[in-house]
Amino acid sequence: MEKIFQKFAFSSATLVFIILLGIFITLFNAARPAINEFGLNFIVDPAWNKEVPITTPQAKTDKSVTQSAVSNTDDETVDVNDFGDDSDDMMMQDEDDTPTKTIYGGLVPLVGTIFSTLIALAFAMPIAMGIAIFLAEIAPKKIATFVGGAIELLAAIPSIIFGMWGLYYFAPIVAALFGGFQVSLLTAGLVLGVMILPFMAAITRDSMNTTPDILKESAYALGATKFEVIKDVIFPYSKVGIIGSIILSLGRALGETMAVAFLIGSIFELPHKITDPTISIPVALANNFGEASGLGMSSLFYLALILFVMSFAVISFAKFYFLRKAN
Amino acid sequence: MPVMNIKKFSFTYPGVSDPSLKNITLPIKKNKITALIGPSGCGKSTLLRSMNRIHDLYPGNKYEGKIDLLDFESGKYKNILDIKKENEFIKLRQQVGMIFQKPTPFPMSIFDNVAYGLKIDGIKNKSELSDRVEAALKGSALWSEVSDRLGKSAMGLSGGQQQRLCIARAVAVKPEVLLFDEPTSALDPISTAAIEELIVELRNDISIAIVTHNMQQASRISDYTAFMYLGDLVEYDKTENIFLNPKEKRTEDYITGRFG
Ligand SMILES: Nc1ncnc2c1ncn2[C@@H]1O[C@H](COP(=O)(O)OP(=O)(O)O)[C@@H](O)[C@H]1O
Ligand SMILES: [Mg+2]
Repeated sequence: MEKIFQKFAFSSATLVFIILLGIFITLFNAARPAINEFGLNFIVDPAWNKEVPITTPQAKTDKSVTQSAVSNTDDETVDVNDFGDDSDDMMMQDEDDTPTKTIYGGLVPLVGTIFSTLIALAFAMPIAMGIAIFLAEIAPKKIATFVGGAIELLAAIPSIIFGMWGLYYFAPIVAALFGGFQVSLLTAGLVLGVMILPFMAAITRDSMNTTPDILKESAYALGATKFEVIKDVIFPYSKVGIIGSIILSLGRALGETMAVAFLIGSIFELPHKITDPTISIPVALANNFGEASGLGMSSLFYLALILFVMSFAVISFAKFYFLRKAN
Repeated sequence: MPVMNIKKFSFTYPGVSDPSLKNITLPIKKNKITALIGPSGCGKSTLLRSMNRIHDLYPGNKYEGKIDLLDFESGKYKNILDIKKENEFIKLRQQVGMIFQKPTPFPMSIFDNVAYGLKIDGIKNKSELSDRVEAALKGSALWSEVSDRLGKSAMGLSGGQQQRLCIARAVAVKPEVLLFDEPTSALDPISTAAIEELIVELRNDISIAIVTHNMQQASRISDYTAFMYLGDLVEYDKTENIFLNPKEKRTEDYITGRFG
């Protein structure tokens, strides 16, 4: 019996590993044409679905052609659904007789993903810590239970609802306060922050609650104030759990699709201010996957691969950090 | 002369109808060790935790009677049950320190653990801090074992060392009274012996109240013993009288192991 159980546990563990590896290989294979075509330049190239003349060595200097191509595609990228047709048509649209090809660069969604996540973290972290401290240490038991329950419910709301709420109620407020567009990096980041906030607060509260009473009492018994106990005993004691909650939230924010799709504007354009609209990787995938083909499809897989590696790196870093701290 | 005088003291936990301590009158004498003994659940911890009002971290307790504490500076007694403000609580807990059943090192270095009470009291001067940390560690018979690794985490010490560290941490703030709640219950016999020896040492500077379920420990180290039963103080006397010549039948039954 024990043998069977051991085998089962072992094969489950291996299965997880195989799935991970399988996902990686699938993504990599599907992304290969784009990787071969664009290489690492993909990461720093802001152009998406842009026609350029077939590269002769000096073609890069021919700014006027590329420039007009940019403005041309820009108009159409606003309506993201046109994407697929657009790339299918590209050969026919070719008016001047120079042969062209379409290039794809991932910089815009990459920037959108990273910055919306950073805004979300910057917004959610202090508030989540405040809520957690309130629930774990300050609020009377009844209130803590009630508010804590409400916060856990908030964490269970599907993200699309956050997206709709954000679009109709939050976006106008953000635009009124900070200027700029209603749908923007900032709006997406803030609503993303609201989304991860309950999750972060709940886990932080739980890890703060693991601080043994006797340890807190020891600090109070030396004449510590509540603030000092929180700062010097509870936070250091639950540090690992708190950082864990931040990293898990980070992982959530990186991959969040629906809420961001409503709010980020979904245009392939580098934002100059945080109040500008742009796009993130998951939104780019969700919006364009249906219609993409050929190199466009492969580039989407390239984006997915980048997102996968990013999330994986974040989690691995977290694990590594914790293991080192724990020793 | 008593440093603390508990008078007609009753204590009731929130949500409980009957008091857990009933009409306790007991002195804690200066530079003496007073042991609190009695069967589990008789209220020893409850009484000890009233003496620095650590109970008040949790709301809704009911106190009756008086607990007078001698203030060494003014030479006057003050009823600690009157305390309401946070700064008065802080002062009380600096005067009346506490050691718990399990070692409770803070998640910081050995030095920072011992310096903690001093730092939160506003002492910033580096050399004063290190002098007082050294003195406290020496006074707790720990200096020779940790002097070469003061910067290392306190979590790496053995259980017995951790408990002596907690004593050093409490001693560093120079309390008048130290309360020990079964301080050796989680330790092996050798560490226990070291702690007992240390407590006897400390008596020269600090008055001590110690809860113990170990009657040998009470008889070995204490000067006075209070026997408690079901929230009552049954008998209080010099330790030798309690153990050799108890006046109450219940005390005798407990001492001779007939119950509890
Ligand atoms: N937080 C609490 N709330 C209600 N009753 C308590 C609480 N703590 C202890 N008691 C009760 O008070 C009595 C005395 O407990 P305690 O002082 O811990 O006993 P001892 O330390 O002598 O073993 C026990 O009957 C116990 O059940
Ligand atoms: Mg007890």
